[in-house]
Amino acid sequence: MTEWRYWFSEQRGTLLAIGIFVAMFLIYATNHPAGFSVNMVQTAANKATLLAFVAMAQAIVVITAGIDLSVGMILTLTNCLASWIVVGTATETALGVIGVLGAGLLCGMINGAVVIFGRLQPIVTTIATGAMYYGVALFLRPNPGGSVNETLADALTGRLFGVLPTSLMALAVTALVIWVPYSRSVVGRAAFATGSSEVAAYMSGAPIRAAKFTAYTLAGLLSAIGGLFLTFFSYTGEAAYASGNAYTLFSIAAVVLGGVSLMGGRGSAIGAIFGALAFRTIGDLLFVFDFDPLWQPLFQGLVLMLAVSIGAFGLVRVRNRLEWFG
Amino acid sequence: MIAAEPLFRAEGLSKRYGGVIALDRADLEVRPGRIHAILGENGAGKSTLIKLMVGVVAPDEGRMTLEGREVAFARPAAATDAGVICIFQELSLIPDLSVADNIMISHPPTRFGMIDRPRQRRIAEEALERAGAGDIHPRALVKDLPLSRRQMVEIAKALARQPKILILDEATSALTASDVTKVFEVLKRLRTEGLALLYISHRMHEIAELADECTVFRNGRRIATFAAGTKTDAEVIELMIGREYKHAFPEKPGPKADGRPPALQCRSLGWADRLKDISFSLHAGEIIGLGGLDGQGQRELLLALFGVLRDCRGDILIDGNNVKIESPVAAKSERIGLALIPEDRKTEGLMLPMSVRDNLSAAAFDRFSRFGVIDRQRQSALIDEMIRLIEIKTASPDLAVSALSGGNQQKVVIAKWLMNKPRIILLNDPTRGIDVGTKQEIYRLLRRLADDGAAILLYSTDYDELIGCCDRVLVMYDGAIKRELVGTDITERALVSSALNVQDTEPAEASVP
Repeated sequence: MTEWRYWFSEQRGTLLAIGIFVAMFLIYATNHPAGFSVNMVQTAANKATLLAFVAMAQAIVVITAGIDLSVGMILTLTNCLASWIVVGTATETALGVIGVLGAGLLCGMINGAVVIFGRLQPIVTTIATGAMYYGVALFLRPNPGGSVNETLADALTGRLFGVLPTSLMALAVTALVIWVPYSRSVVGRAAFATGSSEVAAYMSGAPIRAAKFTAYTLAGLLSAIGGLFLTFFSYTGEAAYASGNAYTLFSIAAVVLGGVSLMGGRGSAIGAIFGALAFRTIGDLLFVFDFDPLWQPLFQGLVLMLAVSIGAFGLVRVRNRLEWFG
Repeated sequence: MIAAEPLFRAEGLSKRYGGVIALDRADLEVRPGRIHAILGENGAGKSTLIKLMVGVVAPDEGRMTLEGREVAFARPAAATDAGVICIFQELSLIPDLSVADNIMISHPPTRFGMIDRPRQRRIAEEALERAGAGDIHPRALVKDLPLSRRQMVEIAKALARQPKILILDEATSALTASDVTKVFEVLKRLRTEGLALLYISHRMHEIAELADECTVFRNGRRIATFAAGTKTDAEVIELMIGREYKHAFPEKPGPKADGRPPALQCRSLGWADRLKDISFSLHAGEIIGLGGLDGQGQRELLLALFGVLRDCRGDILIDGNNVKIESPVAAKSERIGLALIPEDRKTEGLMLPMSVRDNLSAAAFDRFSRFGVIDRQRQSALIDEMIRLIEIKTASPDLAVSALSGGNQQKVVIAKWLMNKPRIILLNDPTRGIDVGTKQEIYRLLRRLADDGAAILLYSTDYDELIGCCDRVLVMYDGAIKRELVGTDITERALVSSALNVQDTEPAEASVP
């Protein structure tokens, strides 16, 4: 009984995100003109997957009480790179995929190294590196174009056994292979500790630097996976500035919806995934209720504001007003 | 009496912070199977010694040996690995992690590179059991535990690290009486197991019960080491305060009875369990000191008066009128006229990157603006006048505050609040960490303000300051005023013994129940 209570208290943010998503998706599915169908799920999944990958990346950094404003630009950069190198024979394609993921890793490592050794604030660092990554993307693809191995692209954006959307499977596998071991490793826990109280983590001898470095590096890798999938969906590479920035901002929104504390130390990438899915569903909801798509930003903002307010209820009970600012 | 070889030895350890010598050629020997108590006033060098021992700061001079080998810890993690483990006064727990995660934070058991949670939990449960805190659930989040339980987790965490030397820095100050009893049993058992324990506490009866030997520090120097029980409380206090007095204080004019109601009066003020039944009155022209050990509710009292704390009990009277002070804005309004000069000037008192002008203006815009528009000329005139009055040494009012010396920064904090012409001034340890010359200027300033009719409440951790500056001193202990000292009764001996809440050996002086 008490075990359950502790488990629930640990997972509250994530469960809330799952709840919000399930509720929104049910409303969407039941009101969909074509009814609940495999096709509908696949379309929804493909739309949400990209943001989900970037949100996972953002969550891992935010847990350390940092922020990564370059995730969208890493996505754009890796998209442009993939449109050059993920082509040709199976072997060439495989090497290309490795190259794209490696580029993402490298971007993340640069972020991590600058934040740790340059002792710069993450927000400034990643604005600067983000601009640099976009510069490289623009160099790779001054004009939209390129191509991708279409067999692989279709396989990863289609359906598995005719029912399950492959993109969703890829998302689940990524969470299982990257997030689960990371969150249970010594470094991962040090990341939570750093985000919760860096001084206490230092005094306790937790590996703070390794934790931050790993967090930024993984964020780069996850953004690159997002970039790969963007290429698989679009078959081209495009250095699109606005869409890169939108991914960055939406990733922060998704993270907040997913119950990850922007103060650090609390939350999970699973929550962020559901936060991303819920955020994307807002647009779909407007569609089924025949709202003008122009309403979308307004409603996304409202939902986000509502979700953040839920988290602020605790402040009402604070008895020392100085804690408001803590 | 002294049985075993020393496990740990420090020789000639020194540490300076800027011009301040925190520790001056200190020696210490710690033996296995013994509890060694460290005594000293606030700022005597105890905390610095411990920070050196556990690798938080590096010594400027001197060497340390552990089990005969010379050691130098670059990081707390290095000291932990060597078996030197400290339970810190300011907690080192991570609020958002579970108890078990916290206990095993640095070296958790792993399997395939992942933390082996079932095993971690078993170890954590054992450690909690050993610490006498088996009632704490290992999955509970630390931030959901009350302070006393957190302290027990801290102790369990230290035990799980297999210490050779266990340092307890005021580890019992947050504990309830029944926890203290349990912790003492644990400590005595650890002693028989051959651990070396270093015990820092201000509570004399705890030291009497636990310690095998005692070392007294004063002004960064080791003064004496002796076997426990060979000296009386009075003799120990004598050693702690020494015989040095400083004459840096302005004359006290003595009390003036003018029959007016007190500028500030508290009746049974209380807040949560941190402030208990505080009653006193403060008259215009008077400087009252708040004494006692750090963290006995002095800071909370000042915050409560200034309207920062919610749901306070009791009454606050200004000039005899009952008032409700609900926010700092209300507190500084003309009707009430309070100013609080905060303790941590870097975070609460100043906006460091901004100019002296902007900092001085921050709390007093009302005085030189009309309908929300700032009257630049009037602002400049007032600021120049204030800079002259307080003698802030700055090349220009447009210089960033961060460029000034610590003493001048503190003057800016004080001046900022004087811009409002407050009638009641609350000060939270205003001279901590500033040089002697500036201290004296601040003392003179306070007296001048009092002579001009301000009522001043001064919290200080410096006993000299309380003796030299204050007309009366209220000594706080555990959230309540334990004693009021007036005039010549304010002596270092009386301050220290009432701060420690022990009976003074001299004839009983006027005490407040």
